[in-house]
Amino acid sequence: MQITSPEFKKNARSALSDTQLQKALGHVRTGFIDKRQASVDALPEFDELRDSARAIKDHTLAHLDLYLERYEEKVKSAGGYVHWAETAEDARSVILDICRAAGARTVTKGKSMITEEIGLNEFFEKEGVRPVETDLGEYIIQLRGEHPSHIIAPAVHLNKEQVEADFRRVHDHLRPNRDLSEPESLLAEARRVLRSEYFTADVGITGANFLVAETGSSVIVTNEGNGDLTQTLPRVHVVVASIEKVVPTLEDMSQILRVLARSATGQDMSVYTTVSTGPRRPGDPDGPDEYHVVLLDNGRSSMLGTEFQDMLRCIRCGACMNHCPIYHAVGGHAYGWVYPGPMGAVLTPSLAGIDKSGHLPNASTFCGRCEAVCPMKIPLPKMMRHWREREFARGLNPATQRYGLRAWALFASRPRLYHLAASFAIPALSFFTGRRPRFRYLPFAGGWTRHRDLPAPENRTFLQQWRSRQAAKQEAQA
Amino acid sequence: MKQEISKRPRVGLFVTCLVDLFRPSVGFASVKLLEKAGCDVEVPMAQTCCGQPAYNSGDRADTIAIAKNTIKAFEEYDYIVAPSGSCAGMLKKHYPLLFKESAWEERAEAFSARVHELMSFLVDVMGVERVEAAHEGNVTYHDSCSGLRELGIQEQPRRLLSSVSGLQLKEMRDPDVCCGFGGTFCVKYPDISNKIVAEKTDNIRASGADTLLAGDLGCLMNMAGKLQREGAEVNVRHVAEVLAGMDGPAIGKGES
Repeated sequence: MQITSPEFKKNARSALSDTQLQKALGHVRTGFIDKRQASVDALPEFDELRDSARAIKDHTLAHLDLYLERYEEKVKSAGGYVHWAETAEDARSVILDICRAAGARTVTKGKSMITEEIGLNEFFEKEGVRPVETDLGEYIIQLRGEHPSHIIAPAVHLNKEQVEADFRRVHDHLRPNRDLSEPESLLAEARRVLRSEYFTADVGITGANFLVAETGSSVIVTNEGNGDLTQTLPRVHVVVASIEKVVPTLEDMSQILRVLARSATGQDMSVYTTVSTGPRRPGDPDGPDEYHVVLLDNGRSSMLGTEFQDMLRCIRCGACMNHCPIYHAVGGHAYGWVYPGPMGAVLTPSLAGIDKSGHLPNASTFCGRCEAVCPMKIPLPKMMRHWREREFARGLNPATQRYGLRAWALFASRPRLYHLAASFAIPALSFFTGRRPRFRYLPFAGGWTRHRDLPAPENRTFLQQWRSRQAAKQEAQA
Repeated sequence: MKQEISKRPRVGLFVTCLVDLFRPSVGFASVKLLEKAGCDVEVPMAQTCCGQPAYNSGDRADTIAIAKNTIKAFEEYDYIVAPSGSCAGMLKKHYPLLFKESAWEERAEAFSARVHELMSFLVDVMGVERVEAAHEGNVTYHDSCSGLRELGIQEQPRRLLSSVSGLQLKEMRDPDVCCGFGGTFCVKYPDISNKIVAEKTDNIRASGADTLLAGDLGCLMNMAGKLQREGAEVNVRHVAEVLAGMDGPAIGKGES
């Protein structure tokens, strides 16, 4: 997809003035947070589970090559194929080859952020393959020609009235006066329309929440069951997953599952947890004839061994964005690429380049709520700061900011100079306020005074006053 | 053990640059509370700022220069106390990270181990359970992010406030959600910051409190500035001022 992260500020401004979006974002601010809290409160060992989930991923990442090779071996011995894709382009062409070999015209898709990352739908359309998203949220945004605004709730930026209008527009073969006022009726209609697609599709594509090295299995968690239909009904099943999805054993997967749904939606478990191992075996009642796994790197292996390695623990639950005040304010599209919110602010510069996404790690108050709720305890603010350091070192941030900062730092590391400057700053400021207790406007502080008043300083700095008091005290004692 | 308790600890007050420049009364309130709690308070003149503006802008070299200055200025004290969770968090949690595997590592760690935020120092270190102060009215308390999540400050200020006579604590909705200040964030991304602080001031006004308190001047100036721009009649103060019984003009309301 076209990256618009360089225009983050512009994106944010239009998001802030979009009343439909702001209404929809209200649900993020309440729904996810309360549900997560309730499910965490009900599990006293939740924090210990986070530690153990983190340890599993840290261990896996430290031996990633070993577990990936083990996983490949197991997939092959179960009769499946593994395709290694270094870049998005490699992945797209491998997937297209599989589809072409299967003579596929229609491809059903389970919800997958990785296929967003590699821009698979646009590519398919260009190549004459029709992709059909089967997750309700993904289906809705596909109808609208949009991208997900949230990694687990792709259509969270929409209100149900907007979805109703889209369904009436696109499903024009259905009775025009049907009732679509409730979310349930929208769901039922989407389900009806999609049902026939599952049977006409030649290839089903899913992502994976986990790849299990021990068994060569891919695992998806869903709430609608669409993933199961996508991967069992077509003749060919293609799993597209990035390399850090691998975990050593089924037991490890189960441990991480315990924190995943709780952090994401506040469920103990997602409705469906589906483990697939290879193609249909003789005697199996269903399953695909061919089972392929496309393992995507796309920049991840170069994060290993750097200060960004911890990011590869991410299990894509969305808790960080659900709790992020910036995400609440502007929604996911403003971030301008596939991954929004705090995890996106760290991952996007790694995958798409800091030159284009410099705003993302900067647009954070470092409130730390993302790290506090992250089931994998990823130090997101710390890594955003690392990006700012790299940006600063490469001179990527605006010159005014850099010079302003350097000038200030010159004073701040020299106390005498600093206090001298501070003692001049106050009279200079009162030149603007007169005797008013606050500023409504101040030159060079427009960012502040556009939206709020600035309290005026008192007459003298604390240190000046303290010094006079101490001097007076000593004089009195003498 | 007894001997140690009977000795008055020497506390170096890290005033913070915002308090120094904008709100000296917070500094005096801190001194008063610390002395009441049995400390000898000194204010080293060689202090400036904790360095967060540089640190959070990715300017590590300047941050290190500022941090060295702070460490040198405060090395001789038993404790270093700051009336700000954000600055105390910087001194306590982030300084050691700046000097990992350098000649200053031990020095930085020894320094950071003695740093405390004011509320946490009073309650957790000095064992203060109540203050002698009066404040008539309903107050609401905002948990500033760094103090809350880096230093675990939540219950301490509320406990001390509960001992202030005449004071009623009215919790707002989401007191632990960011106010949108974020240091340089609020001027780099003013529109987003405005949206966040507007949400916060809605919650403050809905609480029915006539006074808003918090432990960080940056957040307080942000919320006060927004409340005043909205024409709200809420007084905004640093929690230390109320606990010290100092009732000068509220933030943004005094004669300058």
